[in-house]
Amino acid sequence: MTETAPRSVRRVGVFPARACLLAAMLLVAAATPALGQNAAKRADACFACHGKAGQSQTPETPSLGGQPAFFVVAQLFLFREGRRANAPMTAAAKGLSDDDLRAFAELIGKLPPPAPPAQAGDRARAARGRALALERHCAACHNSDFSGREQMPRLANQREDYLLKAMRDYRSGARVGYGNAAMPEAMAGLGDADLRDLAHYLAHLSAGK
Amino acid sequence: MNVICVTRAGLSAAAAFAALTFAASPAVAQAKKDATPAAKPAAPAAAPAAPAKEEEPFWAVGRPKGDATKSMAPVPAFPIPTTADKLPIAKIKLPPGFKAEVWASGILDARGLRQGDKGTVFVSSLFVAGKIYAVTDKGGKREVKTIAEKLMLPNGIEFHKGALYVATPKDITRYDDIEAKLDNPPKPVTVYDKLPGDVPHGWKFIKIGPDGKLYVPVGAPCNICEPPATHAQIFRMNLDGTGVESVVKGMRNTVGFDFHPKTGELWFGDNQRDWLAEDMPIDELNRVTKTGQHFGFPFCHSGMMTDPQFGWGKDCKDYVKPALLIGAHAAPLGMRFYTGKMFPAKYHNAIFLTRHGPWNRTQKYAADVVAVFIDAKGNAKMEPFLTGLVENNGYLGRPADVLVMKDGSLLVSDDHNGAIYRVSYGK
Repeated sequence: MTETAPRSVRRVGVFPARACLLAAMLLVAAATPALGQNAAKRADACFACHGKAGQSQTPETPSLGGQPAFFVVAQLFLFREGRRANAPMTAAAKGLSDDDLRAFAELIGKLPPPAPPAQAGDRARAARGRALALERHCAACHNSDFSGREQMPRLANQREDYLLKAMRDYRSGARVGYGNAAMPEAMAGLGDADLRDLAHYLAHLSAGK
Repeated sequence: MNVICVTRAGLSAAAAFAALTFAASPAVAQAKKDATPAAKPAAPAAAPAAPAKEEEPFWAVGRPKGDATKSMAPVPAFPIPTTADKLPIAKIKLPPGFKAEVWASGILDARGLRQGDKGTVFVSSLFVAGKIYAVTDKGGKREVKTIAEKLMLPNGIEFHKGALYVATPKDITRYDDIEAKLDNPPKPVTVYDKLPGDVPHGWKFIKIGPDGKLYVPVGAPCNICEPPATHAQIFRMNLDGTGVESVVKGMRNTVGFDFHPKTGELWFGDNQRDWLAEDMPIDELNRVTKTGQHFGFPFCHSGMMTDPQFGWGKDCKDYVKPALLIGAHAAPLGMRFYTGKMFPAKYHNAIFLTRHGPWNRTQKYAADVVAVFIDAKGNAKMEPFLTGLVENNGYLGRPADVLVMKDGSLLVSDDHNGAIYRVSYGK
């Protein structure tokens, strides 16, 4: 497992990294009170890294807005079971009950989906990414607008650096998928330039596509 | 919207076109055009050579383009088992005189079932939980323990002489004297560690036969392909992992088999390929009458059709026909010959076969247990047994294995809900 604290955070983010880790520890410390009673406080720990309005400003940390409930529960489950190698999230998910997982999914479900980046994407890169997405049939699982469903996440307007990291981790086997081997196999044979173009395309999707 | 797909070679020019059929080879392109009349014919982009290895998820190879197939991805169990009060027990239908009850719940991803000499029910899991459980009965109340976890796809389990065998795509291990050590399981002993380890169809169902050998399948590492000489077979080995020999060839993916109580013959279910058609091929129940038989994969499916890609020049007559066709994409999983005394005589030596229910079919069905009756000549026919779990084109539950209890009742696992039901007859 090679998933570690994001490289860019270690390089640049003294504040974000420390805040995120502290927030995660607070979440663990507050594990005893039921989620329902302290939802707001515990959710603040999530928002510290993932952003309050569904949009993450933290490098290599995903936006949570618009994520399907089954997907959220499945990923929190994987973190709780120690099946994803990500220290802050494993700490954050430790001791969460099944009801907590559901409650988080509900809470996250209320967040608005992230907006496209202010700066328009590079058209050539986006075109290459689009062609790759078609070739790999990404839309067959993630929907034609990449909004996701069930256990398959929303990809549209996700952070470009996070999409790239996730795809790299699936390709290398550092990250496991939930319930099947679809993602490692979808990534097999793609080069790093391909992944960068795919991430660029998906991050810059606009409503009109 | 037609999803277009182009290979790397034709990327720049072809990307602009509205619809192109994916062409792994000319035969495939032709077959796809015939099979999917809505697809437009391929534009004159350079026809690519067949890729040396699959580029899509293995289960998606062959998938046609278009929105019709949008809702067809594999269906994993939800990561939280259904609470007992929400289980679909009231929806289950059985023949007259039978009833079903919840035997145990809260067993995430409950799959394979085996019973120890002291009555412990061992339960395996597959894609979601990665755990092996032990369920004990304390005065009518079931207690569930996790005895192993963080295992890779540990679907295969077997109990023999006090020990629990666990099979993953990579290896077979053994927990000795397990029933005396449920709270502190021993470190498992390695029985065999040279399995190929592929994830596609690498998960196991294992069983010890009347010959005292351990039967272990190695599925085809793909949806459809020419399998390596090491795959697409059922093997058997001595219990110490020596003497591995091939018993069955041309098997795509069996996740359930058993031995006839009288003849000792091996009967196995076989999950047929996906992305061919809604109603073809039809999943198989096969009967093995001698070692070395070839049951068709990848050349002939369901004993009746040659594969559109791999079947050219082949004849289905050259392969063993299924004993019974059990439904297109129905997904046969765990099965057992009924050797109990509780059920009516007609079920004696019948097979109870679970059908998981299709993911690769728009109209969902099955998700049930069927009873298969075999006559003296080996002819087989099936009847519904436990039904009622398909509603609004979705699954309320999905049976994965059965277990004949010492009292003759039948346990049925449901991985979709993480529960085990008990079917009984009479009072």
